[in-house]
Amino acid sequence: MYDVIIVGGGVIGCAVARYLSRYHASVCLVEREEDVCSGTSKANSGLIHAGFDAPHGSLMAKYNVEGSKMMPALAKELDIPFRRNGAMVLCLNEEDVPRLEALYENGVKNGVEGLELIGPDRIHEIEPNVTDDAVAALYAPTAGIVCPFLMTVAFAENASVNGVEFKLDTEVKAITPAAEGGWTVQTEAGVLKAKCVVNAAGVYSDVFHNMVSAGRKLHITPRRGDYCLLDHTAKDLTDCTIFQVPGKLGKGVLITPTVHGNIILGPTAVSIEDREGVNTTAAGLSELLNKAGATVKQLPANQVITSFAGLRAHEDGHEFIVGEVEDAPGFFNCAGIESPGLSSAPAIGKAVAEMLRDKLSLSEKEDFIPTRRGILDPKTLSREERNALIKEQPAYGQIICRCENVTEGEIIDAIRRPVGARSLDGVKRRVRAGMGRCQAGFCSPRVIEILARELGVESSEITKSGGKSNFIVGTTKDRY
Amino acid sequence: MKEVDIVIIGGGPAGLAAAVSAYDAGVRSILILERDKELGGILNQCIHNGFGLHTFKEELTGPEYAQRFADQVRERSIAYKLNTMVLEISRDKVVTAMNREDGLFDIQAKAVVLAMGCRERSRGALNIPGFRPAGVYSAGTAQQLVNIEGYMPGREVVILGSGDIGLIMARRMTLEGAKVKAVAELMPYSGGLKRNIVQCLDDFGIPLLLSHTVVDIHGKERVTGVTIAEVDGNLKPIPGTEAFYSCDTLLLSCGLLPENELSRAMGVEMNRATNGPVVNESLETSVSGVFAAGNVLHVHDLVDYVSEEAGAAGRAAAEYVRSGGEHSGGHEIPVATEGGPRYTVPCTIDPQKVGETLTLRFRVGSVMKDRFVSVYLDDERVTHRKRQVMAPGEMEEVKLTRTMFDKHPDLQRITVKVEEA
Repeated sequence: MYDVIIVGGGVIGCAVARYLSRYHASVCLVEREEDVCSGTSKANSGLIHAGFDAPHGSLMAKYNVEGSKMMPALAKELDIPFRRNGAMVLCLNEEDVPRLEALYENGVKNGVEGLELIGPDRIHEIEPNVTDDAVAALYAPTAGIVCPFLMTVAFAENASVNGVEFKLDTEVKAITPAAEGGWTVQTEAGVLKAKCVVNAAGVYSDVFHNMVSAGRKLHITPRRGDYCLLDHTAKDLTDCTIFQVPGKLGKGVLITPTVHGNIILGPTAVSIEDREGVNTTAAGLSELLNKAGATVKQLPANQVITSFAGLRAHEDGHEFIVGEVEDAPGFFNCAGIESPGLSSAPAIGKAVAEMLRDKLSLSEKEDFIPTRRGILDPKTLSREERNALIKEQPAYGQIICRCENVTEGEIIDAIRRPVGARSLDGVKRRVRAGMGRCQAGFCSPRVIEILARELGVESSEITKSGGKSNFIVGTTKDRY
Repeated sequence: MKEVDIVIIGGGPAGLAAAVSAYDAGVRSILILERDKELGGILNQCIHNGFGLHTFKEELTGPEYAQRFADQVRERSIAYKLNTMVLEISRDKVVTAMNREDGLFDIQAKAVVLAMGCRERSRGALNIPGFRPAGVYSAGTAQQLVNIEGYMPGREVVILGSGDIGLIMARRMTLEGAKVKAVAELMPYSGGLKRNIVQCLDDFGIPLLLSHTVVDIHGKERVTGVTIAEVDGNLKPIPGTEAFYSCDTLLLSCGLLPENELSRAMGVEMNRATNGPVVNESLETSVSGVFAAGNVLHVHDLVDYVSEEAGAAGRAAAEYVRSGGEHSGGHEIPVATEGGPRYTVPCTIDPQKVGETLTLRFRVGSVMKDRFVSVYLDDERVTHRKRQVMAPGEMEEVKLTRTMFDKHPDLQRITVKVEEA
């Protein structure tokens, strides 16, 4: 019997695990995929929103603003890249100016600091590449960018180091109240029991809620967003995140730098049925390029190196549903977490951990380790330090991914860590091998070799992203 | 800092040929830096034959062809470092590289030859919509898996793009027991060599669907199929022509991109038509003493021409070192084109620097039949050669001689024309 089972290893589940790991409790996180950060958390804009957008008084506003304020200290503790690059909401015609002003008012009420309404001159002073059609903008200097993969992975690693158990490749089939109290969690790999359950199941969070509650039923609509990622060569396009005045289905198509020096365009917003429907569409990609193109003078569309789609877990009420379910004591929701979910993750994680602390009367650990050392990026070292490292560990002298200059040493580190990488995508999310302009064309055979060696398995068992996503299907002569 | 006369970036066919010719021109201090674990570059995975007909007058496999040049490098005791990645080249030719043994190190070069080759256009660059399952590979990645590692990337294959590597892999996968269902080509003509269409597709009954493209990729974990549609004159898919092809693998052979990240970072001027550096008659880039050859300069169809071009670059680099780093800086005349060529290499010619012969290479932008390729020095037509068929997939070349230029002491214009018969 665990004290707590967390269902879902996205950024929310991992954040709850991390904040909960500071208390004396037995905690298990169960994730369907072979790695954490494999659902919505891996396919989003990577933004820490300033918090002007969410309606004042909502949980979205509360957790967003809190989360944003927590980020600088958290980024230091967990050794993850985070930067306040600032955001601009552009108004491309005079009619929309009142909506921009309303956004400003809302932001001020939410407690967002430093908001400014600015005109064309100031817009171009901040971002010279913004279209000349911009008539006004809301400028939010506290908006930031983060790597959503590293944020989730860092939460998971830190939680693991502090005793949280991770069951990956384990899909939860049903959650029911246990006769002896607490909850029974049925998985593909057997039955687990816990006093409390945290539902952080993303686009499936309504399914689990509805299994345990006779009260208000939740209804989540996956809302798909297509994205394009541009090469480093496009990095001068903008340093600020550029939004347009928001529409009905979200904040609209934005352009933002990533913490790793790429440019990302996205997302579109299409409501779909399929909770696994992460396919991009020709219509979506072309809409994306058109809309993003409207906000800048010239969009370097020929610098696109990959496109992808993610699903927002949009609940009908368009509000985060966080906390214990009234008619299901011990069952805690983190449901309907869509944008600003990533920005809110630290605040939600902390809040839910504290709810569980109170529920289970948990005491703090004396030996909690709040910090995590990130995967060493040799590019951040001086030449002397780097050469000393290579002398000690020659794998840091061997480039495997030519496009992103990722060394074998980094890949080995990514695999050997707690909750380490086990697939090509797992390596890619942690150290960026295969993330560059050739999109793993050259390095994937080498990364497979390293994964197979480190994990002690055959190369044919190495997958792109778990399940049946095997990269190779056999050997050349096995049919003869 | 260690000093070397000529540092060659890349130990593929271009780098090896440049090294050999620079040595034969008298330079002894040469260093080849190769990122892979062997010399030979991409030829090592090209185990089919058809290489070397021009250079050695015999038909060799890729590895055999590479070995000939690697042997010449070793016979001359030319230095090389393997598993060594060049990270940066400064404008004053300090080359920063890294490997396991030496760590991060600098070398001051007198001249540099860029010979980094090219990479394949990825699915992302093509922006093909759909899911992102395992089973989508560039043809070259599949070639490496099959020919070097001995692995099969899949069993039922569709290929998008009829570039030469895709065509070669259609045959290769078939010979290894895979079923290649179709090769779809966006353009109304193939991007590969005619002989590869015949020997790799026709001989195996593999359909080539011209004016078709992949419009959707299916499968959440591994590819389960692709949707192929016909395209119109503007290369846009025609609604209603979609057809589903069940497969577990999609190979992409949709063009090659010269790998010029190092060149761009050092400020070498680039040619938009080739994605390679702008070079003069000596194959020297806009940065004095930095030369380029092979697929990093412009994508070739035959390796023999890579070797020939790189030989010229190596000799020019040697001459640069010998003359104490004197920059051309003379009367550089831009080569103009008319009637078909998309570009020429070299892009400019200083008549004073032309040796006994000078080869001009170019590609046309569309299929052309019954034309003449002519070169004009001012208004004089100095060559005029019939070409029955020219296609974007095949490189054209014309040879000019010292004598031609000698007749035009006040030369102002050089024009390559494709003319109607």
